[in-house]
Amino acid sequence: MDKDSLILLYRQMLLIRVFEDKSAEMYARAKIGGFLHLYNGQEAIAVGAVAALRPDDDLVTHYRDHGYALARGLSARAVMAELFGRETGTTGGRGGSMHLADVSKHFWGGYAIVGGHLPLAAGLAYAAQHHQTGRVVFCVMGDGSTNIGTFHAALNWTQLWRLPVIFTVENNQYAMGTAIANHSAVTEIYRKACAYDMHAEQVDGNDVLAVREAVCRLATRARNGEGPALLEAITFRHRGHSMADSDVQRPKSQVAEWKERDPIPAFAEVLLARNLVTPNDLEQIARDVEAEVEDAVAFADASPEPARKTLYEGIYAEPVSNMQIDGSLIGPPTLGPVIFKNGVSKHG
Amino acid sequence: MAEITYREALKRALREEMTRDPNVVIWGEDIVAYGGGGAYGVTAGLAKEFPGRVRDVPIAEEAIVGVGIGAAMGGIRPVCELMTINFALVAWDQIVNHAAKQHHMFNRQIQVPMVIRSPAGWGRTASTHSQTFENWLASIPGLKVVYPSTPYDAKGLLKASIRDNDPVFFIEHLALYGTKGEVPDHDYVLPIGVSEVKRPGKHLTVVTWGRMLVETLKAARTLDAEGIELEVIDLRTLRPLDLAPALQSIRKTHRAIVVEEGFRTLGLGAEIAASLQEMAFNDLDAPIARVAGLEVPMPYAKNLERATIPFAEDVVAAVHRMMEKKY
Repeated sequence: MDKDSLILLYRQMLLIRVFEDKSAEMYARAKIGGFLHLYNGQEAIAVGAVAALRPDDDLVTHYRDHGYALARGLSARAVMAELFGRETGTTGGRGGSMHLADVSKHFWGGYAIVGGHLPLAAGLAYAAQHHQTGRVVFCVMGDGSTNIGTFHAALNWTQLWRLPVIFTVENNQYAMGTAIANHSAVTEIYRKACAYDMHAEQVDGNDVLAVREAVCRLATRARNGEGPALLEAITFRHRGHSMADSDVQRPKSQVAEWKERDPIPAFAEVLLARNLVTPNDLEQIARDVEAEVEDAVAFADASPEPARKTLYEGIYAEPVSNMQIDGSLIGPPTLGPVIFKNGVSKHG
Repeated sequence: MAEITYREALKRALREEMTRDPNVVIWGEDIVAYGGGGAYGVTAGLAKEFPGRVRDVPIAEEAIVGVGIGAAMGGIRPVCELMTINFALVAWDQIVNHAAKQHHMFNRQIQVPMVIRSPAGWGRTASTHSQTFENWLASIPGLKVVYPSTPYDAKGLLKASIRDNDPVFFIEHLALYGTKGEVPDHDYVLPIGVSEVKRPGKHLTVVTWGRMLVETLKAARTLDAEGIELEVIDLRTLRPLDLAPALQSIRKTHRAIVVEEGFRTLGLGAEIAASLQEMAFNDLDAPIARVAGLEVPMPYAKNLERATIPFAEDVVAAVHRMMEKKY
């Protein structure tokens, strides 16, 4: 990798970190609602993986998806606006934090049903195989996903049809608050692939270069028709499962120990040791990233909410000609009465 | 115009659409290995005609539907066969949380042009293999639900479903596979979301779909002899639901019965009756009645099984009750 590419990896990781900290602040100020799962501590995986992929390789992620969105080049503005539930967000305020997407960048979305997106990744890989596009699908999940039926069904099918998928498990060692030893009979997740005769590797998920190298290798395999792989990236969350989680389950000593292994300062050390940056350069990057996130917040805050009149748009690909006001029914529009939520009756 | 079975009509629709569009593929359990084409023979022979595009898949319905969704997102038009509609329960998360949500939740960036084909029905198969869930399916925004009752509709609506850019749950019925009807040889497509008057009449409106159309038409012939003329509406699509022909009919007959095979409580008939009375209360001479399956887990014993399922005689009895009562 050249100097600029390496510095970009650092910048992206720092952007995610600052973005996540700012999101937590906006959540506390009730600018963001619902569930908010932050990526602090795991940045090296998204940044290393996306750097290893072609821009047209398909990305399918779990709901802890802000890092992947930013690494794939979605703007901090659009992502923050989505968290705010605004029209300018990545899905116009429809999906929120857990469902960021930009299909023009082959980021097919974050998914919020644990394990539910794995078959979708296999299907996208089938489409790549059918159309011979040479694309691979990068599908990421948490360690908690590896016990559910779709994990096993998707791995089996993908290996059976030699579909080009890199299943990556971010093993942050907890499924919400349940430690891996209490939720999985096999705690070295990569070993689960052997049940499907699938190639598997384990990597230090806090080492951005190691992640990049592993994903490069597995993408090349998949592109060459050698089949899918399971990559286990060992990492740790710096925060609780979500903003609603007070993080009482994890021992404080364990959290502190892993914060010592923070991937961002570790990579700064690498850049400094190789004389690729000076401390001043790093400070400048930090200032730039802070400004980018502040700008994103200002943009999100100034953006309009999605218009009420768009509520029924996009439920179907083409408008259903005889669809009534509630989106499902019936008949010509003169058939009313329609009762709105506020109790007002209106003849359509 | 040839008279062919419902099963054959479905197969012709699949063959025509596979010929027309190389992105159409068919996946299902044992649809190749069983030379007959799946448990009920709909796809028989297609694997030979379209090598590589008709494939056996693992018995993992969540993956059959989920991999189909992903393929559809990537530009494939998969027709995924679930051996019976009972097994849709295994895939429910994929149907409800993924297939139906993608387009809206991602603000129109993603389309899911897939068809899930699956038969309802029974046949001494006991309670886990004798169900129907069209009321559940029809309550999900983002999903389309099609349920043809004749070979003609089966072909035209399956072709429309394959060409549709939304996910379509296409319900068939075991008791309909062998029924015959006239089906043109040429390429025709029927619109999704349009119900049809299958039989004109002036005394009483019956709204129904699927196998219960066949039973209702039998009942209508019996009642003809008594001088009671039923007007029979076949919904054909259950979401979006087109009640306009039913409404027009009620304005003429002033009486209506909804006939369905599933359970009465929270059945689709409840929704239809409620909607119709909201729209046509002043036109009705009697409360809208329902004929439905009895609410018990389906027993294996032949006599008990038959007792739970509505047949033509149940429709006749309901009509008699409605016509005899004075309101």
